[in-house]
Formats: sequence, C-alpha cells, structure tokens
Amino acid sequence: MHFLYLALIDPFVQMGQAPDLLAQTLWEGLVSGVLYALIALGFVLIYKASGVFNFAQGIMVVFAALTLVGLYAAGIPALLALAATIAVMFVLAVAVERLVLRPLVNRPDIVLFMATFGLTYFLIGTGELIFGGETKQMIATQLYLPSGAYDLPILGGHVMLQKLDIAAAVIASVMVGGLAFVFQYTRIGRAFRAVADSHRAALAVGISLNQIWVIVWFAAGIVALATGIMWGARSEVSFSLEVVALKALPVLILGGFTSIPGAIVGGVIVGLSEKLFELYWGPLIGGGTESWFAYVVALIVLLFRPYGLFGEVIIERI
Amino acid sequence: MTEAAAGDTLLAVEGISLQFGGVTALSDVSFDIKRGEIRAIIGPNGAGKTSMLNVINGFYHPQRGAIRFRGRDFSRMHPGFAARNGIARTFQNVALFRGMTTLDNLMTGRALKMHRGFLWQLLRYGPAMDEEIVHRRVVEDIIDFLEIEAIRRVPVGRLPYGLQKRVELGRALAMEPELLLLDEPMTGMNLEEKEDMCRFILEVNVQFGTTIALIEHDMGVVMDLSNRVVVLDYGRKIADDVPAAVKQDAAVIAAYLGVAA
Repeated sequence: MHFLYLALIDPFVQMGQAPDLLAQTLWEGLVSGVLYALIALGFVLIYKASGVFNFAQGIMVVFAALTLVGLYAAGIPALLALAATIAVMFVLAVAVERLVLRPLVNRPDIVLFMATFGLTYFLIGTGELIFGGETKQMIATQLYLPSGAYDLPILGGHVMLQKLDIAAAVIASVMVGGLAFVFQYTRIGRAFRAVADSHRAALAVGISLNQIWVIVWFAAGIVALATGIMWGARSEVSFSLEVVALKALPVLILGGFTSIPGAIVGGVIVGLSEKLFELYWGPLIGGGTESWFAYVVALIVLLFRPYGLFGEVIIERI
Repeated sequence: MTEAAAGDTLLAVEGISLQFGGVTALSDVSFDIKRGEIRAIIGPNGAGKTSMLNVINGFYHPQRGAIRFRGRDFSRMHPGFAARNGIARTFQNVALFRGMTTLDNLMTGRALKMHRGFLWQLLRYGPAMDEEIVHRRVVEDIIDFLEIEAIRRVPVGRLPYGLQKRVELGRALAMEPELLLLDEPMTGMNLEEKEDMCRFILEVNVQFGTTIALIEHDMGVVMDLSNRVVVLDYGRKIADDVPAAVKQDAAVIAAYLGVAA
C-alpha cells in the first residue's frame, strides 16, 4: 500500500511542491530529446532511402567529431576545419555509394546491414589510426557556441538554462524541421521518397538511385556532424559517444523507422520520459534508470503498435 | 493494318541476344515498333517477353544486338536515358511508391520535367511555385482521364490491385511518353476492369498519339487492341504479323498448344 502511494501519488505531489525542479527536468528532457531526434533522423534518412538500418550511424557521429577536433588540433582555423569536415563527410558519402551500395544493389537487406557493420569497424579503425583513441575536448567556443547559463528566478525557485543547451535545441530543431520540409515538399524529397518505396519504379521514371544515395548519406553525415558537435560540447569527444547514438534505437521503435515526424516525437518522448522517471520514480528502485528506461517505453509501444507511433503500416495482401 | 500503324519506325531492336550465365533469355530477336501503333508482344510463359521490355528501357543490357531509337543506334539503353527520352513503362507486378498518395505517385512521373532550382522549391515561391502548378495541372488532367479522382489522396498501398495498375498507368502517362511499355496491364483484373483498361489504352493511343508496346496474355484483348503482334517462344521470335494472320500461324499454335513430336 505504501509502495503504491510512493509509485502513483507521491511523485505528483513532489512535482506540485517544487514546480521549478519539474520545469528544470522538463527542459533538460526536452534538450536531450531534440538531440535524440537528430540522431534518429540520421537513421531514418538512410533507412528510407536504402532500406537498411545503418549500424554505422553512431560511429559516423564520433568520426565527424574526431575529424573536426583533429583538424583544429592540426592548426586549421575552427570554421575552416568545420568546412573541411563537411567536405570529408561528402567524400565519405560518395565512397559509401561507390564501394558499398552500388556493388550490393538488389542484394537482400541483411547483406547491406552487415556491410554497415563493416563500415563501422572501418571507421573505428581509421578514426583511431589518424586521430588517436584518447578523449578530446570539442572546440565549442571556437565555433562560437555560447557558454554559461541563464538563471530564471521563476516558479518560486530557480531554473537554469545552459546557453549551450539552448543553442543545441535551436540548431537541432532547425535541422530536423529543415530536413523534414525538404523531404516532404521538394522534387528531391519526392524522388527520395520514391526511392524509399521502390528502386525499380524510381529507375523507370528516370530517378538516379546513385545521386539520391549520395545525397542521403551526405545528409546523414551532416546530421552526424551536428550531433557530434552538440553532444561533444556537452560532454567530451570519445568513442563512447557511439553509445549515445544507440539511444536512437528506442526512439526509432517508438516513432517508426520510416517516419521523420516519428523520429522527432519519439525523440522528445524518450528524452522527457527518461528524465522524469529518473528523478521521480528512480529512487524507488535504486536509481540509474536513465540507461534503460527508454527501452522499456519502446517495448510497451511495440506491444500495442508494432509499426511505431507513426510508422508506415505494412499490409501484405495474400 | 490500320492507318494508325502507318508511321515511320520509332524503335527497332536488331539481333538482340541476352544471356544470364548459361541461360539464354533472348536469342537474335529483331522487330520494329512504328510511330503511333499498338504493338503486342505475346508468347507462352518464360518466352522472354518481359526481358525484351527490360532490354528496351535499359534494365537489362543485351550481349549482342542493337536498339535503334528515333534513328539513333544504341548497343544498350540506360534507364535514366530512356526515361528522359520519352520511354515510360509499367510493370507486371505493379511497382508503385506504396507509401505515397496517388497524386504524389503521378507527380513523381513529372520529376524529370521539373527544373527550377532547389532553393526556389524550398521557398515554394516564385518560378518554382508556377512550375509546380503547371505540372500539377497536367497530373490532374491525367487523373480525370483515368477516372481516379476519388483516390487522389489515398496512399496507393491501400488500393485494390486493379486500381493500383491504373495508378501505375497514370504515372507512366505523367511522363508524357512517346513510347509506352505496358507489361501485362490486365493481369489479375476482372472483366469490367479489363474493359476499362482496354478503353484507356486505346484512348491514350488515339488521343495523345502515344506509341504503345504491350505484353498481354489475354488473346481477346491482344487481337482487339493491337495493330501488329510479335510472338516469342523460348527467347526466339516465331511470328510477326497482324493479329488475324498470327492467329492462323502454325508455329504460334504449336507454341501455345504444344505439338506432337
């Protein structure tokens, strides 16, 4: 009885008693949620265009961040290094298309999936070889990302908004919104969705698969770079960043692998729910819930909506 | 032969041979398609009909032979080039963009004809908007023509098979093709749907002057629609004539009914 009170009523009493803490938690959940959405978007883009779950998306985040930091360390000015990193991501996209996708066209999806494992290990090896495996600092101030915090004296207490978090949320929102818009409303976007649905039919109406693949992998590379910068600035740049990218899995399950709006909503739900659960329900079961709670949410969603909240429902006519 | 078939040669295949490893799909096949005609390609299952269409629009590259299109010779076609130069096609087992609406599927058919810059499209303003409107009008006309107004906003994956085939024809028409390749446009349809489809094919041919090459198993349809018929069997051409003559041809009858050894 007492446990039920603690689980079902007490958390809400706490929320009411300290609204500033609740606001702080919601804010933090929102920021990480938007960043999750950004990572998930990278997966969705490639999943839609090549029909493959890109296991290498996580390491692409690390690789992009490492390249940026490494170029800066080699004496290249920050903004120039940023431009050069974007160029590197483009070269990577072209190379993946030429060397991985094109030879494997029309093979079963599982073959492509395994190829992305290969890509993962290739990028880990290359990254370590060139830039070394030690932890590095993201060049946040050199890229004109703000530091410090706003301290809002509201709701009978204080809510701290890190300026970096605000910048991250704004940049991520703009990128997510921009990409969603491009893919919904432009000719390239229509071609992209066409390729996602049927390679054969896309070829027949004259869409170039190779071009679309390069564009999509490049877009995923840019998304990876942005994620790497933001997440790197909030903690540090190391190979453990790859694990953060795996958080995109529950986001994708929640939102549906094929849906850009799903990635956004899924990201925010995961971000908010894991922060709230950790603070209000975590102490009941000994804490440390943030590392697994998202997967529980995803599991529950899977039970009731196997295609995710926004995923394309696949109806097989038999 | 009707007056429609009196045009010059739009496309000709000459001595096409196509092998997959040790399997010969086509051997030394030649025929032509005249501007404005409806040309049927028939034959028993596995005769190489679909392979022939795939060679024409560049999905398959033949080992030998040439494709003469609009007076130019190609040893092989490329799908993108074929699409840009007015060859559109439909598929035997429907290849639509299942997640997209009927309208978006047809708009995809216009993709090659839209040229305004990416940034304009992003802004949805100025020339790009005008362009979108122009293309939208063409697509709406096709939707009217095919009588699919009611399913304009429906994702095509949800449509029954017969309607999907009609949408696929619509997407091919949206490319305003000079040559339309139809791979079994009437499989899996009931009588009424077949009659509708026949009517659309004839109207496309007469109204827009589109040249059509079609593969079809329903002999009644083939005999009614086509100006000339090519018959393939085991990858070889065994007959090429007007429908009435093909129907009487001994080799054709043998191929379809089998012959005592």
